[in-house]
Amino acid sequence: MDGMSLLTITVLAVFVGFEVVSKVSSTLHTPLMSGANAIHGIILVGAIIVAGQAGDPWVLAVALLAVVLATANLVGGFVVTDRMLHMFHARKEVGRNPSAGEVEGK
Amino acid sequence: MTLLDPVWTALLYLVAAVCFILALRGLSSPRTARRGNLIGALGALIAVVTVFLSARLENIPWILGAIALGSAVAAPVARRVKMTQMPQLVALFNGVGGGAAALVALLELSHADNPWVRLAIVFTLLVGAVSFAGSGVTFAKLQELMTTRPVVFPGLPVVMAAVLLAAVAAAAVVIASGYLPLAAVLLLLGLAAGILLVLPVGGADVPIVISLLNAFTGLAVAASGVVLGNVLLVVAGTLVGASGTILTRAMAAAMGRSVTGILFGAFRGGSTAGSTAVSERPVRSSSAEDVAVLLGYAQRVIIVPGYGLAVAQGQHTAAELAQALESRGIEVDFAIHPVAGRMPGHMNVLLAEANVPYESLKEMGEINPEFKTADVALVVGANDVVNPAAKTSSGSPIYGMPILEVAEARQVVFLKRSMRPGFAGIENDLLYEPQTSLLFGDAKDSLAQVLGAVKSL
Repeated sequence: MDGMSLLTITVLAVFVGFEVVSKVSSTLHTPLMSGANAIHGIILVGAIIVAGQAGDPWVLAVALLAVVLATANLVGGFVVTDRMLHMFHARKEVGRNPSAGEVEGK
Repeated sequence: MTLLDPVWTALLYLVAAVCFILALRGLSSPRTARRGNLIGALGALIAVVTVFLSARLENIPWILGAIALGSAVAAPVARRVKMTQMPQLVALFNGVGGGAAALVALLELSHADNPWVRLAIVFTLLVGAVSFAGSGVTFAKLQELMTTRPVVFPGLPVVMAAVLLAAVAAAAVVIASGYLPLAAVLLLLGLAAGILLVLPVGGADVPIVISLLNAFTGLAVAASGVVLGNVLLVVAGTLVGASGTILTRAMAAAMGRSVTGILFGAFRGGSTAGSTAVSERPVRSSSAEDVAVLLGYAQRVIIVPGYGLAVAQGQHTAAELAQALESRGIEVDFAIHPVAGRMPGHMNVLLAEANVPYESLKEMGEINPEFKTADVALVVGANDVVNPAAKTSSGSPIYGMPILEVAEARQVVFLKRSMRPGFAGIENDLLYEPQTSLLFGDAKDSLAQVLGAVKSL
């Protein structure tokens, strides 16, 4: 892809990025940061491409390290965000059915 | 052996990019947040499958093995981590993402045939390394492997300037010549810069730095997308970079801080360093039984949980105390400051985990007018977020930060570890007011004692 198209896409993506999170309540700051954190784990795609083109064993070793790190970012990021958000969800259920919270105690 | 032609590949990457945008939008609202996160994960899955089907790849068994290893390490940790330790885990995941981007850029240098691509490589290397090392330091601070106070030494600004100058010089040579060993040096310089950047940041400001480094990693990923000519990486990285920047500013605003002040305040010997001075003025210290009587015969109690509660992992005990009081017919609410806990919104997560009902958690704007009607405000492990100096003394470092107005309550009880000032290092005059009493000790132990005393009333 030529440089001009990439630049166009980048600039548009900046505005989309600003727009989608412009009005978020502070309650969701942590999950949002964690979710965005998971998304940049998509560097995994780049790591896979580099590892897939590696001929030299050293290059392959470094590229595989990048694959491991990127996977940890991607998978771990989505899992921990989901856990965080699960609690928000659970909290609402407890709210609708107050007795549940009391029975559970600790 | 490619199954997908370029058009299908581009279309699937576009689908993944749209998934990421929907994910970020979903995460901005409580109702759609969880679905948003799942849409993001779906987008990532589509993208990874697409790259296997479209690129001409060797070493596939090795790659699959590496993915399996990364998942096998990260998923159980993410599933089991205690919610109080979640911020440092996010920092860690962010760091390894930045590290991966830097490694990808390093390996692509030998394929880079023009200076523009090498510019993108140099950028990815530096920013990725800063993010990796900086996140490592934030992890160490949050895990308390090192001091949470700002680390400053006299020559710090000079060392930082020298590292940056060396990095710029090395970067220029790499862009011009593509000399690989120097790129490795650049990587090391980036790591040094990352460490130096985060060392002077105080514990309370660390969450903002995590968010900033998160945006950095996003930018590094976007630049690596330019290097590889991969539009998805460009879009996803830019999205995270842009939204991360906005989020960082929103977090800083909620704490009444500026991002530059946090990063460079300590370089100037600024406000975050704080003092540990203890005032000689008298305070009214109290026993668990006294506090229990005060709470047990109140009609309305507002609990203000803070950082100290999170550190002591006392959220379950706090929830039990609230239930014990409610069973006596007392109205109990939790007042949540936007930055209570270790990260903005962290306290909501912790209390939700402890089964505190949704309706009992009140945000600052909602609860502040109600302190007037409260008999007791119970402040557990919070200090700066209830410090009236934020409203009254314009010279104070926290001046302008919105606070919870606990001073309006008829009685104020602080559960505190000691008289040491909070993170901002400023004395809290509220501690010396006649309506205030203090119960010293670890937040969880104190709560447990008060809980026991309330039950035996």
